[in-house]
Amino acid sequence: MILQAKNIVKWFGEAENKTYALNGVDIDLNYGEMLYIVGPSGSGKTTLLSILSGILRPNEGSVTIKGKKIWQLTDDELTSFRLQSIGFVFQDFHLFSRLTSKENVAIPLILKKVPWKESLAEAAKALEIVGMQHRVDLPPYKLSIGEQQRVAIARAIITKPDLLVLDEPTASLDGETGKKVISFIRENILNEKHAIIVVTHDNRIYNFASRIVRMEDGKCIEGMKSENEN
Amino acid sequence: MDGLLQIALKLLANDKGKFFTLILGITFAVFLMMQMTAVFSGVMHRSAATIYNIGAKLWVMDPSINIQPDNIPLPSYVLDAVRSIDGVKYAVPLFSGSGLVKLGDGKYQATNIVGLDDATLFGRPELLEGDIFNIYNNDAYVVVKDAQYRKLNAPKIGTTFEVNDHRGVVVGIAKAFVSGLFGTPTLYTTYKRAIADLPTTRFTMSYVLVEPKNTSDISAIKKQVQKLGYMALTQDEFTTKNKNYYLYRTGLGTNILIMTLISVVVGLAIAGQTFYTFILENSEEFGALKAIGAKKAELISMILFQSTVVGFLGYGFGVLISSTVIALAKLRLPEYASLVTYTNLGFAFVLVLLIIAFSSYLGIRKVIKIDPFDIFRG
Repeated sequence: MILQAKNIVKWFGEAENKTYALNGVDIDLNYGEMLYIVGPSGSGKTTLLSILSGILRPNEGSVTIKGKKIWQLTDDELTSFRLQSIGFVFQDFHLFSRLTSKENVAIPLILKKVPWKESLAEAAKALEIVGMQHRVDLPPYKLSIGEQQRVAIARAIITKPDLLVLDEPTASLDGETGKKVISFIRENILNEKHAIIVVTHDNRIYNFASRIVRMEDGKCIEGMKSENEN
Repeated sequence: MDGLLQIALKLLANDKGKFFTLILGITFAVFLMMQMTAVFSGVMHRSAATIYNIGAKLWVMDPSINIQPDNIPLPSYVLDAVRSIDGVKYAVPLFSGSGLVKLGDGKYQATNIVGLDDATLFGRPELLEGDIFNIYNNDAYVVVKDAQYRKLNAPKIGTTFEVNDHRGVVVGIAKAFVSGLFGTPTLYTTYKRAIADLPTTRFTMSYVLVEPKNTSDISAIKKQVQKLGYMALTQDEFTTKNKNYYLYRTGLGTNILIMTLISVVVGLAIAGQTFYTFILENSEEFGALKAIGAKKAELISMILFQSTVVGFLGYGFGVLISSTVIALAKLRLPEYASLVTYTNLGFAFVLVLLIIAFSSYLGIRKVIKIDPFDIFRG
């Protein structure tokens, strides 16, 4: 098992303004699994994803990744842990428009103090994996949305993280491109050394999931699904 | 260079509009600062022109003297008393006053007249033309070839004029190390001729110039002079006293300071605002960096590096442009009193550091507050 979250509780506000975003969520994830977290807006998906990936501190409960209770780490230790173990693909990608695709992808390695040239060489390889070898020197604003998505994926996988976290990965893509991207991730990135968590609204890509967790009002309503039917 | 700093530099330099605005803003601020402080230094330097040009190690004067052109004559016993102080190698009188020169074309021109000790000619200028010993000739004057030289119709050796109705003849053209501040030409003559040609009070000696036996004797000489009821200052002390008078008692320093601070505010406003906008536009990306695994210290170092780069570039360009403008202006306007000194450069540098610190602070404050959770929340 790569991840285990127990009794996660998260609220925002205080006293009469206190609102529970998560109310006792338990979740676990195995290597080689692609877990979908789905549910309506306001159900707590994004909050759960942030807590599982070490971005947002829960009020109660624990998250264990690779045997390490991440919320017992100091801020700097947690930051380093994220850098070493978790890859992020954000909904809006958040690529630096003033950098080339290659430089954007190289950022996690640069943060890991890998020398500049080596980082760029690795970035070129990562871009090749996502089929973007012909666009390495272009800035993101010269790429299509689908291409930007792939650059973001390359950035997320360049450090070979154990856990890949994708937030609404198909939200900006048309149906066909969305399926292609998820299919690509499933076939090329997911293996027995990695696990993937996807937060999505997009039911067109549900059949790529290993398992789907449905959320409603801050609680998990588990809808188990057998191994990918695709 | 560290990879992260390279990223920081690319983020900045590839945003050409903001990059140039930032550099331009700081360049403009530095240009204004340098102009203001250089004019101030130039004025201060020129105000002490006679002190520099005479070059005496120690000046004895009336304690009421504030600036060199103040003329409070000393009684002649002061010269004898100073000569008798232990540690004094020699002491000579100096006359410093003003005279009205009637030129060959009938026009009048006010001048500074320096009367050198007849026996030693101590404080004599370096001559470009003529022989200094011709200063002992009848009616002899040496003209200083400075920015004001043209006002005497650019005289040559042998040119005659009248000084307070006395005949004067040019026997030498002298080099000026520093031109005077008040736009009046300078003539050198002997002490005796100066007091003969110019109307004076009962006492005629403006200053006593002292050469100590050793530099270590200076403080003892100063104490002895003080006991006489007079004041002895080294060249540097006299120059500082002179500068301080203009700085604190004429309003000149305050005005220059206000103008310089306005330049800093202009720089702060342009650089601070542009840099803050730059950070604001990239805030989500900085948030993403935080989420990916960038530590606060790394983000702070990126911002500090960016602001330092634009600060130093702006400083370099500002100094280059202001120095060029001053040099060109001096070619066209010999009277232009402007001087770039290491102090000016240091002062402008410190103020640029202030601009850098302020701009960085705005950026850092913003970046530190970015919550990576907001990146997920959208």
